[in-house]
Amino acid sequence: MNFRHAKTFLLGALAASFLAALVASRINPYWLYIFYDIGISIVMAVSLNLINGYTGQFSLGHAGFMAVGAYTSAVITNQFGELNFFAANGIFAVALYAGGLAAALAGLLVGIPTLRLRGDYLAIVTLGFGEIIRVILQNMDKVGAARGLSVNHGWTNLFWTFGLAAVTIYVVASLVNSTYGRGFIAVHDDEVAAEAMGINTTKYKVTAFVIGAFFAGIAGGLYAHSKQFLTPGGFGFMQSITFVVMVILGGMGNTVGVILAAILLTLLPEGLRMLSGIEHLPGFTAERPLGWIGDTRMIIYSLLLIVLMLTRPQGLFSFRRKRN
Amino acid sequence: MSALLQLDKATIRFGGLTAVSELDLQIGPSELVGLIGPNGAGKTTAFNLITGVYQPTAGEIIFDGQSTVGRNPYQITKRGIARTFQNIRLFPSLNVFDNVRAVFHLHLRGDVRHALWRGMGYHAEEKAIADRALELLEIFQLGKFRDEPAKSLSYGDQRRLEIVRALAAKPKLLLLDEPAAGMNATEKVELTRLIRFIKDKFQISILLVEHDMKLVMEICERIAVLDYGIKIAEGKPDEVRANPKVIAAYLGE
Repeated sequence: MNFRHAKTFLLGALAASFLAALVASRINPYWLYIFYDIGISIVMAVSLNLINGYTGQFSLGHAGFMAVGAYTSAVITNQFGELNFFAANGIFAVALYAGGLAAALAGLLVGIPTLRLRGDYLAIVTLGFGEIIRVILQNMDKVGAARGLSVNHGWTNLFWTFGLAAVTIYVVASLVNSTYGRGFIAVHDDEVAAEAMGINTTKYKVTAFVIGAFFAGIAGGLYAHSKQFLTPGGFGFMQSITFVVMVILGGMGNTVGVILAAILLTLLPEGLRMLSGIEHLPGFTAERPLGWIGDTRMIIYSLLLIVLMLTRPQGLFSFRRKRN
Repeated sequence: MSALLQLDKATIRFGGLTAVSELDLQIGPSELVGLIGPNGAGKTTAFNLITGVYQPTAGEIIFDGQSTVGRNPYQITKRGIARTFQNIRLFPSLNVFDNVRAVFHLHLRGDVRHALWRGMGYHAEEKAIADRALELLEIFQLGKFRDEPAKSLSYGDQRRLEIVRALAAKPKLLLLDEPAAGMNATEKVELTRLIRFIKDKFQISILLVEHDMKLVMEICERIAVLDYGIKIAEGKPDEVRANPKVIAAYLGE
């Protein structure tokens, strides 16, 4: 894949998200919040793809890093009252960055001892890490413990979500399309050969982990200031699985595919929910002919995933030849 | 003449088994040395000792004036030892070109920030790397496959690509682990020519571990013979061939 116009793409995307934010007031709020969810999912899935897809490490703790970023940024912004436009966005930027750094630090702490493990073992350790974060948050009275934490400011907007999604895509894509970053793919392909070719495999794995965690932390900050309410349960194991599914469905190590999968899998449950709302069509006022879709939408969602995995194990959006 | 690589009583034990015992071996600059021996003699283990995959239980390994004991394989590669594998280990999801380019990060001046900022220096460096990688591929007639996935090449071409990849690390010493394994007679003739060519063109030392006696006898300047982890003979091909110990090791007494 060629990546010559990386900076042009980044600037264009930033400008586009800025313009989108200007017209956001005309968008139906229901859709607006779905757009936020899509942007956040893209940040999560693309950053997880660096770890799971390109570098070939199986992390199941991405929601844990998201939680670290979400709580860190929320605690910071909750210190402030009402602010004018510039102060608010300035503080928000700082809070998002701090959330990312806190998550990156967590990534470093988890990564250094565990990245010597491979495959299933690493998956179990990262899963355990995610659960530890959840349990710690559940017992921290300062952040509301199990009652949850209200976030005072709803500062997330289209500029921040899609601007940061663009930054994430830029960072991951420029990394893996550089001589430095080809090391990630080399580690994924064959650790022994990579080591023999002078690649410090441990350092590469930790780097991928820390960068991935950083963006998960930023996505957490966006999530916190969009939902404005955080509960530890929202960052559980199932949440991590959702992002892993996006990566697998998009095709491991295929950024464009993973972005499409993140969009699709965020829209799918909502779409199924809408289908079931057709009871208000004329002539159907009494019964809900499609109501069963709404009632069973998570079952349909799961069945669709099973069918997709059986028919396209190389990823829904991967058109390259099957590897190996 | 000071040796480029010097093994001084290098020993490795796995539990009760001594896989390589007090191995002394010297390789000089631009020398082509063969390491042979029957199955299970410890050839690949000796290889893994030199490249840092295993650490010696006792003894010393000196490369280019410095000890390599306690170093990781990637650090040893940086110092100038590159290898190929008995069972070819290319990077299957990268294409031919990127397999070679991936190795150039060894000589990169920049790091992550460099790759992210993508300034002038970055582009100049990437261009230089691409040119050098292509040049290497062209030397070995692999340029036409540059965009093919590494896995789609023929067996002989994959072998050659693995050697090109090792050369991209700019080694002073190239280790070839059974390069003729699985090759037919024509490919072996081709390989013999290739190894000679590498030695002349790049002026590097080569250590060759090989089963195929004919090939080793034909191209090596000096041969060391291992049996049960012990060096039983060393010398010019003709001397080794005539050595009764070697004949006994290969044919049985």
